Amino acid sequence: MAKLRGRGYASVNYPTGMNLGGDPSQALIHATTTGTFVISLSSVDLGQGIKTIAAQCAAETLGLPIENVLVDTADTDTGPHCMGTFASRGTHRVGNAVIMAAAEARGVMLEVAAEELEVDAADLETDGTGFIRLKGAQEKAIHITDLALAAHFKHGRTISGRGIYLKEPSAPVPETGEMDPDSCQAHACTAAVVEVDDETGVVEVLELYNAYEIGRALNPAMATQQVEGGAWMGVSHALFETTEPYYPSRDHGPHDFAGYLMPGPADIPVQHSLFLERPAGNGPYGAKGIGEMTANAPIPAIANAIFDACGVRLESMPFTPERVLRGLDALRDT
Amino acid sequence: MPSQIVSLVVNGERREFIAAPGVTLLASLRESLGLTAAKRGCAQGACGTCTVLVDGRPEVACLVAVETVAGRSVRTLEGVAAGGELDEVQNAFVDCFATQCGFCTAGMIMVAEALLDRDPDPSEADVVEAISGNVCRCTGYRPIVIAILEAARRRRGAVSR
Ligand code: FES
Ligand code: FES
Repeated sequence: MAKLRGRGYASVNYPTGMNLGGDPSQALIHATTTGTFVISLSSVDLGQGIKTIAAQCAAETLGLPIENVLVDTADTDTGPHCMGTFASRGTHRVGNAVIMAAAEARGVMLEVAAEELEVDAADLETDGTGFIRLKGAQEKAIHITDLALAAHFKHGRTISGRGIYLKEPSAPVPETGEMDPDSCQAHACTAAVVEVDDETGVVEVLELYNAYEIGRALNPAMATQQVEGGAWMGVSHALFETTEPYYPSRDHGPHDFAGYLMPGPADIPVQHSLFLERPAGNGPYGAKGIGEMTANAPIPAIANAIFDACGVRLESMPFTPERVLRGLDALRDT
Repeated sequence: MPSQIVSLVVNGERREFIAAPGVTLLASLRESLGLTAAKRGCAQGACGTCTVLVDGRPEVACLVAVETVAGRSVRTLEGVAAGGELDEVQNAFVDCFATQCGFCTAGMIMVAEALLDRDPDPSEADVVEAISGNVCRCTGYRPIVIAILEAARRRRGAVSR
């Protein structure tokens, strides 16, 4: 009786977005009187961080500090259209729409600044701290707060912009089935290190090594959160979660949260994660989607690691102690 | 049984409200007092997202009938940021990226507050044990454990200074 160690890996290619009937998202942006740029979206942030990404994309495009950007995702009835938070599409679609809207707003911002400073708009630049200034002449500058006030109360201009990103519909070619289903693909590989107790059948995931190619990680800390949180879900699916442990029999199925198994804080593997960045041509500042793929590779990686550890090839999740023990018994019988 | 007036000391302030018989502490906080930081995840004591401190001890507010804690002192997340300033635990959660959707965060922070009140220098195993009744679906727990240990370090630093 022993604890057997094994290592396994698995890779995943994952599409960013979908296009059944076309996949658009819109963004509207406008400056308040004091130079805060409000982005209106119908996109929903359920923890993946789209509000932060939208603010980063707008700040970068406007050339203003991120503190000058406010993201309003309040209302899907009244906001500009978004298809939704799914298909790992948010960063790609919404990011692109925000960049388009912010670019238009930046154009107006520079036009009004040109009038205020009595120079040509083409000669102006933003310095990233809130000033719009004449290239090569530091002192000829105006702060965004003064500029927004002037736009409202002197020039009668709205500093605003509209953005949309549409992935056009693509019907399959009937003869070949060929179509253009996504906008780009992200890639990842996870290696898992597990320990299998051949007496109890318990599998413990000790370590996960995650490598992700996601175009560009617009916010590396949040991308790491997604990778490691998603990998945790992968571990959870691989080893614990099921509503139908003996499908089609309902026996021993969980009836509530208390009976639905998930790993707790004492069951977490050590994770090592890194990003390879190969910017996608059509992504916002090169980003691809990362959301859904993060739970995928860990599961087959763990299955392969179990096989490496004890020779049991499991093909149904979760990899429960019972399944491991039955697999070990079967090996002994042969 | 008729409704009755219940009085609690919530975040240092005496609050009175009318409670129907058997109504939970969680419902009272959220619906009668408008304090919505504590969340209702499961309503059966299994997720910890409704955790508040009753006389300094973490309790799952969804399982506490409010009349059983009448007169006691209740601390919620709203009472943690004194004067609108985030405290060490909250700041550590931000700095360590220990929150994603945020649904578990209020409960996690209240559990951490209770832990650090009683043990300013917890081991990693102590932290894991303290949050083991709290479910997080997003983070994989590791960032939360790191944040609580970091908060402990910062709080000890602030005390010795
Ligand atoms: S709502 Fe109280 S423990 Fe889940
Ligand atoms: S951050 Fe979403 S449940 Fe913990």
